[in-house]
Amino acid sequence: MSATEATARTMSYREALREAIREGMQADERVFLTGEDVGAYGGSFGVSRGLLDEFGPERIRDTPLSEAAFVGAGIGAAMGGMRPIVEVMTVNFSLLALDQIVNNAATIPHMSGGQVQIPVVVRMTTGAGRQLAAQHSHSLEGWYAHVPGLKVLAPATVADARWMLGPALADPNPVIVFEHGSLYNREGEIGDTAGPAGDITRASIRRPGRDLTFVAYGQSVWTALEAAETLASEGVEAEVLDLRVLRPLDTDAVISSVTRTHRAVIIDEMWRTGSLAAEVSALITEQAFYELDAPVGRVCTQELPIPYAGHLEQAALPNTTRVLAAAREAVGGDG
Amino acid sequence: MTGAAGTDALRTMLLIRTFEERCVELYSAAKIRGFLHLYIGEEAVAAGIMPALEPGDRVVSTYREHGHALARGVPARSVLAEMFGKVEGVCRGRGGSMHLFDVAHRFYGGNAIVGGGLPIAVGLALADRMAGRDHVTACFFGEGAIAEGEFHESLNLAALWRLPVIFCCENNLYAMGTALARSESEVNLTMKAASYEVPAWSVDGMDVDAVADAARRAVLSVRAGDGPCFLELRTYRFRAHSMYDPDLYRTREEIARWRERDPIDAYVQVLRDAGTLDDAALEALRDETRAVVDDAVAYAEAGTPEPVDEMTRFVYAEEAAP
Repeated sequence: MSATEATARTMSYREALREAIREGMQADERVFLTGEDVGAYGGSFGVSRGLLDEFGPERIRDTPLSEAAFVGAGIGAAMGGMRPIVEVMTVNFSLLALDQIVNNAATIPHMSGGQVQIPVVVRMTTGAGRQLAAQHSHSLEGWYAHVPGLKVLAPATVADARWMLGPALADPNPVIVFEHGSLYNREGEIGDTAGPAGDITRASIRRPGRDLTFVAYGQSVWTALEAAETLASEGVEAEVLDLRVLRPLDTDAVISSVTRTHRAVIIDEMWRTGSLAAEVSALITEQAFYELDAPVGRVCTQELPIPYAGHLEQAALPNTTRVLAAAREAVGGDG
Repeated sequence: MTGAAGTDALRTMLLIRTFEERCVELYSAAKIRGFLHLYIGEEAVAAGIMPALEPGDRVVSTYREHGHALARGVPARSVLAEMFGKVEGVCRGRGGSMHLFDVAHRFYGGNAIVGGGLPIAVGLALADRMAGRDHVTACFFGEGAIAEGEFHESLNLAALWRLPVIFCCENNLYAMGTALARSESEVNLTMKAASYEVPAWSVDGMDVDAVADAARRAVLSVRAGDGPCFLELRTYRFRAHSMYDPDLYRTREEIARWRERDPIDAYVQVLRDAGTLDDAALEALRDETRAVVDDAVAYAEAGTPEPVDEMTRFVYAEEAAP
């Protein structure tokens, strides 16, 4: 294979994550993967399929259904010099480990006066859209992004799935990675080097535009891109800003985009009340109020536990129809 | 314990007692604020367990931890400066009484969420195991933690993975104000550990020799790779749960009965009977520990507050990971 052929490959988001884990484990023997069904089963979402054969049960370490214990053990192992990747099957189950993440991982580095580092990566699936009903459909990224001491990532693209894990593993702080459940089968092209996808500090413009900024993360980035296509056919050029990093937020990227487009619609699968969208909206009004030609719009999940029935679930989520309505409202004014 | 080891154990217990009695005065003088949980009455546990550990071994503790820290060798002056909220404290005043961390002594807090330290201990032990180091981790917690899911998850995981953890359950009979029989349907704690295939035994936690014997046995087994052990250390706190606790849930008579078994008085008698301690030696030990505490108070008093503009330091690591 020639060098040019090697520069771009097509793979799924799932495969990209697997390749990133493999690379991390090959590069550093302190890296191991642990969690429910990561080994023999191959990962609840198939991310770690094959890795048990490749690395063995010491480093691809199945756990009992004990979220507090195995997340806490990952935190403790990081304190003890390892570089654990802890897979919590979904954000819903991570609530059983919230004590370890919030009371231990986020506090101990500071509370110990800087004596202790906790370089753990905790990966979890998030989001709705697959008719899994309320207890398997939460989007609680903002709960974690609320907590000082944590870093929170949300790879939306295949390239980000492939390249954000490396820097997350190298980071001396606890890093929480949210993988939207609808993204695993998404295919994309990746290059053979990380490029901007290997950064875990900045947001990324996925589509440039002059009339309106969609601020989104995770699956909502794709909803925003779809809406932007429709708007383009109507003569409205929407910019799509993928936050990528939910803590610390790339405030400059948000403000800079809104300063150019003068309109913002934030798309967030959290419930509207107390959402990340609320935080971004507040940032815009604090720092770019006089740049705005329209009120900041928010498209979030409706205020209800996610229903099972497909039509209800879709109606509850920030779907393209709702995003388009918010965008048209923003640009329809006298701007 | 015989000879120097016995004297050392007595010295440790006296240091803890003297230190904490001074803490009460300093709390009343508002030099120490927040929560203050005293270990008085339970000194034989820390003084018995710690000598069984090697310098590379690790300790995970609770919010009632002054005794553990001092017995582990964390300097009294750094502990007290921490409780004064001074930058000279072990955690630069960020942790206080309940969160003493001293990585140089492999002392990993100081966890104020009941049961919250157990998964951390499992993880530290996992790191040592995976890295091929033969360290053990001693994890302290009260009997109240046994009602927490994290206890059960951690014992199971440590046993399943045969990790080098010594689970040291300080059973002082009360989870804050709730007596064991009012919170557990089964009050035989070793049975709970045994149900996870963890070797478990009960020890008289008022007898420092008994604790030391059990600790040596546990460390030997755990370090050999035989998986975790569970020790129930039967003890009693002579003081209230914290400085806020009016101590309404137990009788004066019960407290008095336990005080008759004061671990320090008992051990003084043991050493006298063995002919290794006389009045002069005891007085010298008391003077020595008083001097250590006096020095700690002076050090803490002279300490400096962290500048407010540095308070966000260490929220995120200042250095790259090694």
